[in-house]
Amino acid sequence: MTVTVLLFASYADALGERKIPIDVPNGSTVGEVVRRVREMAGSARLPTEPMVAVNEEYAKADRRLAAGDEVAIIPPVAGG
Amino acid sequence: MRSAIADHVIDPAALTAEVAHDRNGATVLFLGTVRETNDGRSVTGIEYSAYRSMAERELAAIVAEASREFGTSDIVVEHRVGTLDIGEVSVAIAVAHPHRGAAYDASRYVIEHIKRRVPIWNREHYSDGTREWVDPTAHRAAAEAVR
Repeated sequence: MTVTVLLFASYADALGERKIPIDVPNGSTVGEVVRRVREMAGSARLPTEPMVAVNEEYAKADRRLAAGDEVAIIPPVAGG
Repeated sequence: MRSAIADHVIDPAALTAEVAHDRNGATVLFLGTVRETNDGRSVTGIEYSAYRSMAERELAAIVAEASREFGTSDIVVEHRVGTLDIGEVSVAIAVAHPHRGAAYDASRYVIEHIKRRVPIWNREHYSDGTREWVDPTAHRAAAEAVR
């Protein structure tokens, strides 16, 4: 199945992408998708357990994904 | 209740007018503004970006929580995105309530939760021409290491 990884701010700069489609086995978790992203060039600054949102809601590493899910890797937020 | 991610200049007077009601005896307006220095470096501006759709959802959720917890629906929040100059308003929170204590508490609740949860990032522009993404967690980690 394919999920879409979204990157922002410092993470988008580091990987040079804002949106990456990734093929993963059915039933993969957030943690597995993060591991895949951390294998990519430029991902050195991604922590092992970054904040992640699935379809615009914060999710834990063991959350199972479905095809088409939007997996946003969220750098430390700095609003205000 | 209303919340928004704003591309336009925030008008604090319009926000306070929006929460005004005869039942209220207190109105608290919080403004976050762009400061000229950060960590000893001279700042010329800040560029805010957001995961917009999620930031809108998260802001709306925070306002709904504050409304339930502090007992007023007269809460309006706007957060800017884009490049802001020194002194510009990056976030405005207007809360009105029959009593001041709850108005202050609700205002505080909203800003603290924005800082923790809303997917917004800022990149500071410095007077030497460099730019850096601000990482509040790095700052906290450094403060804890010193302690």
